[in-house]
Amino acid sequence: MSTKYLRVHRLRRIYVWELPVRIYHWLNAAAIIALIVTGFWISDPPALMSNQEASNRFLFGWVRYIHFISSYIFFFNFLFRIYWGFAGNKYADWKQFIPTSKRFIREMWTVFKIDILMLKKNGEQQEHISIGHNAMAGFIYFLTFIAFLVQCLTGFGLYAGMSGWWLPKLFSWVPAVFGGDILTRQIHHWTMWFFILFAIVHVYLVFYHDYVEGRGEISSMGGGWKFIEEEVFEENRHHTPNPESSEVVGTA
Amino acid sequence: MSNDVITKQPTYYQEIIRKGYSRRDFVRFAGMMAAFIGLENSAIGQVAKALETNPRIPIIWLHFQECTCCSESFIRSSHPIVADILLDKVSLDYTETLMAASGIQAEEALKNTMSKYKGEYILCVEGSVPTAADGVYCMIGGKTSMQILDEAAEGAKAIIAWGSCACNGCVQAAKPNPTSATPIHKLVKGKPVIKVPGCPPIGEVMAGVIVHLLTFGKIPELDRLGRPKAFYSKRVHDTCYRRPFFDAGLFVESFDDENAQKGYCLYKVGCKGPSTYNACGVTKWNGGTSFPIQSGHPCIGCSEENFWDNGRFYERGSAFAGFGIESDADTVGKVALGVTAAALAGHAIYTNINKSRIIDRLTAEGKASEKEMEG
Ligand code: SF4
Repeated sequence: MSTKYLRVHRLRRIYVWELPVRIYHWLNAAAIIALIVTGFWISDPPALMSNQEASNRFLFGWVRYIHFISSYIFFFNFLFRIYWGFAGNKYADWKQFIPTSKRFIREMWTVFKIDILMLKKNGEQQEHISIGHNAMAGFIYFLTFIAFLVQCLTGFGLYAGMSGWWLPKLFSWVPAVFGGDILTRQIHHWTMWFFILFAIVHVYLVFYHDYVEGRGEISSMGGGWKFIEEEVFEENRHHTPNPESSEVVGTA
Repeated sequence: MSNDVITKQPTYYQEIIRKGYSRRDFVRFAGMMAAFIGLENSAIGQVAKALETNPRIPIIWLHFQECTCCSESFIRSSHPIVADILLDKVSLDYTETLMAASGIQAEEALKNTMSKYKGEYILCVEGSVPTAADGVYCMIGGKTSMQILDEAAEGAKAIIAWGSCACNGCVQAAKPNPTSATPIHKLVKGKPVIKVPGCPPIGEVMAGVIVHLLTFGKIPELDRLGRPKAFYSKRVHDTCYRRPFFDAGLFVESFDDENAQKGYCLYKVGCKGPSTYNACGVTKWNGGTSFPIQSGHPCIGCSEENFWDNGRFYERGSAFAGFGIESDADTVGKVALGVTAAALAGHAIYTNINKSRIIDRLTAEGKASEKEMEG
């Protein structure tokens, strides 16, 4: 700690998450919460007693209705996000999610060592800084997209028989692949647990990064900005897939 | 069916009259069948005409690994003509359980029908075929069921797989499936296979499939799993009379509770109606008397593939393969949740230790630089 006066970081404010990405994120979160709550309800409804005649009640019907509406929101939101992977800025690009280069895999390994195992080098805690997603996070999101796909396929597959609309009917082949609705429903139910585990780890890690790095990880999904050291920004500029892509940069 | 040999056969109508039924009985039967197949009023004439003019189709009905409940169900379908004519030995050239012949004569009859009506007969198969140990687990007249099926399927016009055994293996294909019981559609290539699953299928449904073949001379419209759409396009749940209780969220909690007496929905005691495609809610059983749910028992999904292994009959949650009988997806999920939470807690504690070190260092740095500035 040989200092000649305190080290002072120059932080640059970078607009990382564009508005469509933020809207996507929160819509997705809301839809998933609604789907999980109603999904659990549908799989094992609580014993609510009532003196009303069945014809006066539609409680379970409403729960299912919310599930179906949320699933449509979830589905179209998902489609939009895929589109935005081609239309959005470089932090939203589809290449951020799919390990296509050696560099991607190397970065995943680095993140694993530093953020998860918290390995030290020369007795010092290391830091890995990425502006958008780090490679590990990107890859996990890729897995969530696959889980999204599984849920859309099995969910709409089960729903197809009840619907007169062509869109869900497009999925009617899915239960046939699994030999019927029973297994399809089970796959739908198991996959939901991936969402729960993911959400918990995801929220924890967002807090973790903000907690130890102090770069605005939590608030970035609100305003879109993150704060990155000037040097890191300069270095990253040369490594990103399309460094020329326009980015809105402001200095803090 | 222009085959000469076949046109010399009597028509169904001739057989029906010969058996002592009146013209009125016959028309009533035609009307009933048209209704079961889901035809319009105007098609009743078509059905009657087909039965009057078409010569009977030769049928070979094979029994492999099964309990004969399909045949039982068939001969109990609500109209006696079904059993009398369609299933009488007149129509059935070969069927182990109902034919009069036995031994060498029976085998002869089978061979004759197969050669005489090559390409014209309907092959009905009840039961699954064991393929383990070269098929020795089911042998008839010195041949394995595999051989018999191969020979009979070759000259068949169409194949009907009766019941869950023939459609998906049923109980003998349940884990661990010691005989490698195999459904028919996996063994027969290049022939249309009509699947009529159920344990057993509803008699009227079976009769309906045959009458459809007779009337139109072609197989009925099938769904993606090869089942006739007329009977298997709706879930039991969609036609269940307890559905209003389901939508209201009123459920039977246990079999002897007040809700059970009130006839609430059986969803929470394991009803598989929401995932089961069958006509039970509409056609019902034993001449429209009742069906399992009406008798207070949840649907066990007997017409769905793998229904023995797809979880327990009296619970919604299902056994989770590989984690023991008692665990369902939610138990596994909760354990995973606990492990994750513990890992995160460990991570958080370690993070805080590191962070306090960083803060200590920064504080020390700050103090040192203050000193430097003062000095
Ligand atoms: S009893 Fe079964 S089939 Fe009938 S409404 Fe309830 S869940 Fe559906």
